[in-house]
Amino acid sequence: MDLFEYQARDLFEKHGVPVLAGEVATTADEAFAAASKMGGKVVVKAQVKVGGRGKAGGVKLAENADDAREKAAAILGMDIKGHTVHQVMIAQAAPIESEYYLAILLDRSNRTFLVMASVAGGMDIEEVAKTAPEKLAKVPVSAVDGISLSKAKEIIAQAAFPADVADQVADVLVTLWKAFTAEDATLVEVNPLVKTSDGKVIALDGKVTLDENAEFRQPSHEALVDHSATNPLEALAKEKGLNYVKLEGQVGIIGNGAGLVMSTLDVVAYAGEKFGGMRPANFLDIGGGASAQVMADGLSIILGDKDVKSVFVNVFGGITACDAVANGIVAALETLGSTATKPIVVRLDGNNVEEGRAILNAANHPLVEQLDTMDGAASRAAELAAK
Amino acid sequence: MAIFINEASKVIVQGMTGSEGTKHTRRMLASGTAVVGGVTPGKGGQVVDIDGHQLPVFNTVAEAMAATGANTSVVFVPPKFAKAAVIDAVDAAMPLVVVITEGIPVHDSAFFYTYAQSKGSTQIIGPNCPGLISPGKSNVGIIPANITQAGPIGLVSKSGTLTYQMMYELRDIGFSTAVGIGGDPVIGTTHIDCLRAFQDDPETTAIVMIGEIGGDAEERAAAFIAEYVTKPVVGYVAGFTAPEGKTMGHAGAIVSGSSGTAIAKKDALEAAGVKVGQTPSETARFMRAILGR
Repeated sequence: MDLFEYQARDLFEKHGVPVLAGEVATTADEAFAAASKMGGKVVVKAQVKVGGRGKAGGVKLAENADDAREKAAAILGMDIKGHTVHQVMIAQAAPIESEYYLAILLDRSNRTFLVMASVAGGMDIEEVAKTAPEKLAKVPVSAVDGISLSKAKEIIAQAAFPADVADQVADVLVTLWKAFTAEDATLVEVNPLVKTSDGKVIALDGKVTLDENAEFRQPSHEALVDHSATNPLEALAKEKGLNYVKLEGQVGIIGNGAGLVMSTLDVVAYAGEKFGGMRPANFLDIGGGASAQVMADGLSIILGDKDVKSVFVNVFGGITACDAVANGIVAALETLGSTATKPIVVRLDGNNVEEGRAILNAANHPLVEQLDTMDGAASRAAELAAK
Repeated sequence: MAIFINEASKVIVQGMTGSEGTKHTRRMLASGTAVVGGVTPGKGGQVVDIDGHQLPVFNTVAEAMAATGANTSVVFVPPKFAKAAVIDAVDAAMPLVVVITEGIPVHDSAFFYTYAQSKGSTQIIGPNCPGLISPGKSNVGIIPANITQAGPIGLVSKSGTLTYQMMYELRDIGFSTAVGIGGDPVIGTTHIDCLRAFQDDPETTAIVMIGEIGGDAEERAAAFIAEYVTKPVVGYVAGFTAPEGKTMGHAGAIVSGSSGTAIAKKDALEAAGVKVGQTPSETARFMRAILGR
């Protein structure tokens, strides 16, 4: 889960990373109130989870509270790369002397953590990495050893930070590591980290990504979820414990196992090219179990998607054999009754496949059609969707 | 021969007394695996009867190894306790630890992977994986044993059900070993580790490699194949239709910006001489053509 800048700021503050005052506002009046409280010049910053908002006009300096109200009114509702601005952050303005970059992230390739540090901050770090790689220090950090103060000093020296800020930046790196581990983050990025004209080092803008697998021990993270951005079908699926992602197509997909479902989406998209560009409508993994209840929950979510014209149920009977899956489908259709109205193509394979197919044949449900192969069934589902 | 597990594998189950642990211990025993005991902290001294097998339960992996001579552990404990379970196994210098558990925080898996590397005596497979099977010899994890048989193909895959699908499609030819390495961002055994082992295994004559979106493991594997693997390799990559920035079931299956895409992986594999199928069935047909069957 990616956080908004203001959430990252709050999280930094909680762990002792130096930040300036900042408050989120959803209306121009709230922006005025926040700016009045802070006094003096403030920065009005669009809160969107996408880069390049400064260039898009989403960050403005305001001279006073009245100006902040005006600037906020202009920014709220703006569209930045497809993201509508619903909130702005009113941040205290600071006289900036230098801009740096500091981040800790999960390095998948090397199965470790990585610190990236640069004295060329404030700009797109991927650009720095490309055009001036010598200005970006990348230092692996052991998940066991972490970042002690001496390790932090070593990293800061390697990144050639100026002597007058080196100690402060090293302290920031240590607190940032604490935040990274305490919050189960996979990314904490400060860009820019600035030196103000009075010599203080402050995190001016931040990006944080949190690990959703850690939800069970991070109860406070639930409050950070942006429910307005969640698709209602995705929210419903999550409530039922299903792994569902809404896509743009017409063929509803149910399968077991993440890899097989991803593969099913691809095979449907290929097959759909022959039928006017039919595409998968969703990703839905019902897991290894594939019980009747889970099948009914999955089918009801997919049939509740108005974009869906046909459904493809693609199950490989491994631990749960095909006869159990077939019984699940029959029971699910009984549960759904007349709410099930779209054609359903089923492909079963694996353990007890003959028994499974026989169960579906015997049930003889008018909406259900069986095919033996994944490729053939995908093609039929796409054909039915195009009708 | 086979890789990683064989007739000599003696397996303990960490979390055997839990419902998943018990269920899959029964299945592993039924497929001929030498399960010799279990570990559940606090339940040491109990004996569990699973289908007539009297299996002793130990408090620690070290105790279990000393008493049973186990050389392989399979972990079924919930995410909350997985880190402690794996560290227990690493501290006991268990040679092979297969972590089935899904949903382990990545800070925990990064920790236990790094810890195992520093100790140097434990290979971890997973987490979030179905385990591995050397048909007819040993089956460690949750892979259904009755969908295939022993044969000359080696298989490595990030995905469980795609592993099963491929094992089933090529069941008449059969497999030396099929390894599900798992779909998490940090895993203990990679495509490369398996490719190297299959290349060095005289019983394996050809290899199927299944990948999916996220990370750059497939690109790295492609470079390794070009350099080291002389046996024929066919490939499959899932997730061409996955949108950017969405996690597709597996915690590691996510396209971030322009990195981790299926097309980049397919291109890298093909550049290394790997025939990549558009569907699992086409991949299986490529394998048949190579083996002439």
